[in-house]
Amino acid sequence: MESNRRNFLKIGGVCALGLGSLPIVKALAQEKGPAFSSDPRRLVAKRWAMVVDMKKCWEMGKPGCKDCVLACHTVHNVPDIKDEQEEIKWIWPEQFNHAFTGQENEFIPAEMKEKPFLMLCNHCANPPCVRVCPTKATFKSPDGITMMDFHRCIGCRYCMAGCPYGARSFNWQDPRPHIQTELNMSFPTRERGVVEKCNFCTERLEVGLLPACVEACKVGGLIFGDVEDPNSNVRKVLAERFTMRRKPELGTQPNVYYIV
Amino acid sequence: MLERAFTGSQKYYKLLGGLLIIMGLGFAAYLLQWNKGLTITGMSRDVSWGFYIAQFTFLVGVAASAVMVVLPYYLHDVKVFGKITILGEFLAVACVTMCLLFIIVDLGKPMRMLNVLFYPTPNSVLFWDMVVLNGYLFLNILIGWNVLEAERKGVHYPSWVKPLIYLSIPWAVSIHTVTAFLYAGLPARHYWLTAIMAARFLASAFCSGPALLILLAFFLKKYTKFDAGKEAIDKLSQIVTYAMIISVFFVGLEFFTAFYSSIPSHMHSLLYLFVGLEGHGKLVPFMWLFAILAVVALVLLINPKTRKDEYTLKIACAAVFFSMWLEKGLGLVVAGFIPNPFDQVREYVPTVPELMIALGVWATGFFILTILYKIAVTVKEEVAS
Ligand code: SF4
Ligand code: SF4
Repeated sequence: MESNRRNFLKIGGVCALGLGSLPIVKALAQEKGPAFSSDPRRLVAKRWAMVVDMKKCWEMGKPGCKDCVLACHTVHNVPDIKDEQEEIKWIWPEQFNHAFTGQENEFIPAEMKEKPFLMLCNHCANPPCVRVCPTKATFKSPDGITMMDFHRCIGCRYCMAGCPYGARSFNWQDPRPHIQTELNMSFPTRERGVVEKCNFCTERLEVGLLPACVEACKVGGLIFGDVEDPNSNVRKVLAERFTMRRKPELGTQPNVYYIV
Repeated sequence: MLERAFTGSQKYYKLLGGLLIIMGLGFAAYLLQWNKGLTITGMSRDVSWGFYIAQFTFLVGVAASAVMVVLPYYLHDVKVFGKITILGEFLAVACVTMCLLFIIVDLGKPMRMLNVLFYPTPNSVLFWDMVVLNGYLFLNILIGWNVLEAERKGVHYPSWVKPLIYLSIPWAVSIHTVTAFLYAGLPARHYWLTAIMAARFLASAFCSGPALLILLAFFLKKYTKFDAGKEAIDKLSQIVTYAMIISVFFVGLEFFTAFYSSIPSHMHSLLYLFVGLEGHGKLVPFMWLFAILAVVALVLLINPKTRKDEYTLKIACAAVFFSMWLEKGLGLVVAGFIPNPFDQVREYVPTVPELMIALGVWATGFFILTILYKIAVTVKEEVAS
């Protein structure tokens, strides 16, 4: 009898504990991420994509305009390292035959050859950089952005060998002394020894802002939206205009499209 | 058994001392890298892996080659290899250690190294490479030590070692296959994107490793009472011959595929290596040296007279080892990054501190090798007397 009573008490105790922890279990079991991260203004998409209308850029933009580059590199504290070997770039111009390797032909209009195309991480749907990273420091977010965790990266640079677009930069040296723009205190600066690249301004989408480059482009040459939503602005452009992607034959499914 | 490493001739101490000095210099250079970061190397945004990773790649091959003495001895009962299997296993231990060190010195954030364990990522080949390399190191230490210990006591090695020996055979193949997969599966690195990458790696491993083993055996014969025996050397040199022929043949296959198809991206790296591309050709002399050494080695090895002669065999083995080092430990990794993803040629030249660090790692490997061989040779001498 004595032992029975003790058992009863034990069982009761366990049950009470179980009940007590129910709210925690519930909170943990929720499918959506924890509530604290979501700002009501947050922009959401199934898969973010960008259309770069180079025509608008060349025809309507001021000559040599680099507003987008400047905006991006300012908000992200991207250092300005002049040495080509150790350069850090998130978004930058590159001429046609370098941007679309293998797609140039002998008789291409001469001025086309020289024209700058905007390069940035393609946030590939099937990204080799994510596939090769041994620590998940490079990973895919649910909204299609290829993200970088600067604090987990061990600096093996496997992702740089994996990316077919040269979109990644490595901090060979301490980047902080090379930040020329005004420091953005709300975005982390990096340390030497880690890889970095364009993040589609995920921190701005979070608070309802468009990417900095998109916002900075006065002529509306950069169009940003959800490529899986048939009514989105990007889908409309993609349906109406002829677009190209870089190295489509590799199967990485880039999410940056170019209007030539 | 370890105490046998602490008593030796003057020459032995001089050798260790010399290696220690090089290790010290390498370490000093590494401190510089620790302070300034990888900026002290010649690597860049375009060629993001250089000398370190190339050495690592080459040495994985030398490590894997232990299987070339282990396999015939344990599976086919080739008795003449009895004496040198231990040398093969200990060579593997030293080489894998160097491999691991080369990976560590190449990391931008070495203090975060354990992240690979904290966040295991099965989709990354690098994760598996770490698993197989450490496993192989462990296996060879365990096997080598136990077999030697048993020999010293004049008994048969414990029965639980046997399965480990068998396991070590496919494991050796796996370390080099996985290392080849580090390269072979990357899009837009055309020079690496070849299905025979793993086969090429194994072929070059099975000639460069045994070639080094032959040279080491001659060295031991000269300076100690250890003699691997003429027959064992003979057999090993045959292995080197066949593996070298296959290796060179495989390189030829790459040429055929690239140039008969005439696809520019497939030709570019080879052009860069052997004739230069867009006026850049820093590796051209090295690659021609590779070609010449490979031919010399083949001529000396295929001809039975020169293969059986100790003097010419030494030259042939040195030629094999050095030519494969040039091909794999220099050309292969760098050429994968040239041209870069924008079809531009950005060259790479290692810097002095970078070379010093690499030399320091090599010295560390040879330090370990010297100690292990000293123990092995002393035990064998004791047993013999
Ligand atoms: S462009 Fe390069 S870095 Fe960006 S997602 Fe694709 S593979 Fe990764
Ligand atoms: S450098 Fe960093 S992000 Fe790139 S693969 Fe290595 S750990 Fe991942």
